[in-house]
Amino acid sequence: MDTKKSTSVSTRSSDPGAVAESAAGLLRELVAHLRQNRTQLREEWARRITRAELLTAMTEEEIFAEATAVYDNYIEALETGSFEALQAYSRRLSERIIPRGVETDEVVGIVLLLRDVLARSLFAKYQEDFGKLNRILDSYEPAANRIANTVAVGFVEERERIIRQQQEAIRELSTPVLQVRERLLILPIIGVIDPQRARQLTEQLLRAIRANRAKVVVIDVTGVAAMDSGVANHLVQTVEASRLLGATVIVTGLSPEIAQTLVTIGVDLSEMATVGDLQGGIEEAERLLADRAIPAPTRETSSENQR
Amino acid sequence: MAEELRLPIAADVDVVEARQQGRALAAVAGFSSGEQTVIAAAISEIARNILMYAKKGEIFLSLATNGDRHGVVVVAKDQGPGIPDIERAMQYGYSTSHGVGAGLPGAKRLMDEFNVDSVVGQGTTITMKKWRRMV
Amino acid sequence: MEVPILRQGQYLIASIQSALTDADLSHLREALIAQVGRSRCRGVIVDVTALDVMDSFAVRTLRDIAHMARLRGAETVIVGIQPDVAFAMVQLGLTLKGVATVLDLEEGLAFLNRRGEERLLETKPKRRDDRG
Repeated sequence: MDTKKSTSVSTRSSDPGAVAESAAGLLRELVAHLRQNRTQLREEWARRITRAELLTAMTEEEIFAEATAVYDNYIEALETGSFEALQAYSRRLSERIIPRGVETDEVVGIVLLLRDVLARSLFAKYQEDFGKLNRILDSYEPAANRIANTVAVGFVEERERIIRQQQEAIRELSTPVLQVRERLLILPIIGVIDPQRARQLTEQLLRAIRANRAKVVVIDVTGVAAMDSGVANHLVQTVEASRLLGATVIVTGLSPEIAQTLVTIGVDLSEMATVGDLQGGIEEAERLLADRAIPAPTRETSSENQR
Repeated sequence: MAEELRLPIAADVDVVEARQQGRALAAVAGFSSGEQTVIAAAISEIARNILMYAKKGEIFLSLATNGDRHGVVVVAKDQGPGIPDIERAMQYGYSTSHGVGAGLPGAKRLMDEFNVDSVVGQGTTITMKKWRRMV
Repeated sequence: MEVPILRQGQYLIASIQSALTDADLSHLREALIAQVGRSRCRGVIVDVTALDVMDSFAVRTLRDIAHMARLRGAETVIVGIQPDVAFAMVQLGLTLKGVATVLDLEEGLAFLNRRGEERLLETKPKRRDDRG
């Protein structure tokens, strides 16, 4: 055990001899060193990144900006021993650079480069005292490895999340009918609907009713800006066809304009079950399902029951 | 080059045959299952019309091309009484019409092109077409 | 081609096997009416799962069956209309309004059972505090 007296942590760097032997103390010394040499180490790192031809999707200014943020987070993780902030940062960073086309090997590569740059600087600083160097590295290595791991895993997880999201979007495009719970389907219609898309939606809905044995369907037209009489007719046909498959349809989100179009083409709105908004429609649907008393279509009272 | 399938309509089994052949032809033309059903239904209506009012007639099925669109052509011919007021016949909905031309408005709704040629005392020719949407 | 009609309790089930001619449909109508009239039948299920096209004649016939059955105290429900067939029907302008339609045989039986219960409640003597 070294019996030399310890001096205050903040001025550690230029006095290789006077040091506390605890791992914590070594770590503090290390962090101080890295902070103090922040500028040149960061630049060295950025140079190495460019030389290794990593992050080619980004400009040098961008690399330097990100390098700064990474470096600071790196030091903070070393200092606090807490990796949550680093994890969060890693995710945010990945979110930014993945759309730029940055690959996993590049991210792992640059973090390992930083690890190397910092290690080299430690070699340089403690080259006179091999024993001390070893002890410092004992502190540094586990933390540095954990950092590299955290950043790489964060990146990969973010990539996977994005891929899942994209797959979901594609799935939604192909099957716009959503099953929210047993026997209840929701079809949100959004945007401009041409006759062909309208036909497609109806076919998909009818197939879904059959496949899911749905008893209630909520068709939400909140997202439809305007509807010509052709498409309005189509909506009416969809409601009628659904009934033939034993499903009750609730139409939600009818704007006054669309309601007017429906009336113009001769739709009796008192015959069509409508609710103001989607939420209300779903509640109404669940009420109908709970009752288990979906009224028989023969009854005149059926449309009243659906209010 | 257009090959034509000629189907005699004289009994109600012929109506079934006509719509099944129509569905098969539509399948060959690449129509979706839903569209095949629509074409079969239109043929069924027209064929029944022949049976009910002309007692007998013929249905011709063929494929057609219009530019880059492919489609099915259905021609229904009979030497029946003819339709006195085609326009009125085409206006009637199903609930009201049980007379000559009852199947026409419905079939017209289902098909893309629909043409009626009829002379009272001589007979009726109906030409209807459906075109496949090229995806 | 004759359509088989099965008896299940107080219900009749007619399963249409394949494409029927108009004459076949008419025969089915007569057969069902006769059987409903003969027995204490409370419900009729017509299963059209195998029907590839539902045109105006088929719809008229089904409506007739439902109407006749109701006159004899039986409820009718049509089951198994295919999605494509339903779509073609509504484009043709045929809606089968006034006739119960459900997804399949299971739903059909459940529907008839529920209707049976409802009718039972309707005929039960009312308690004094229920009505005026």
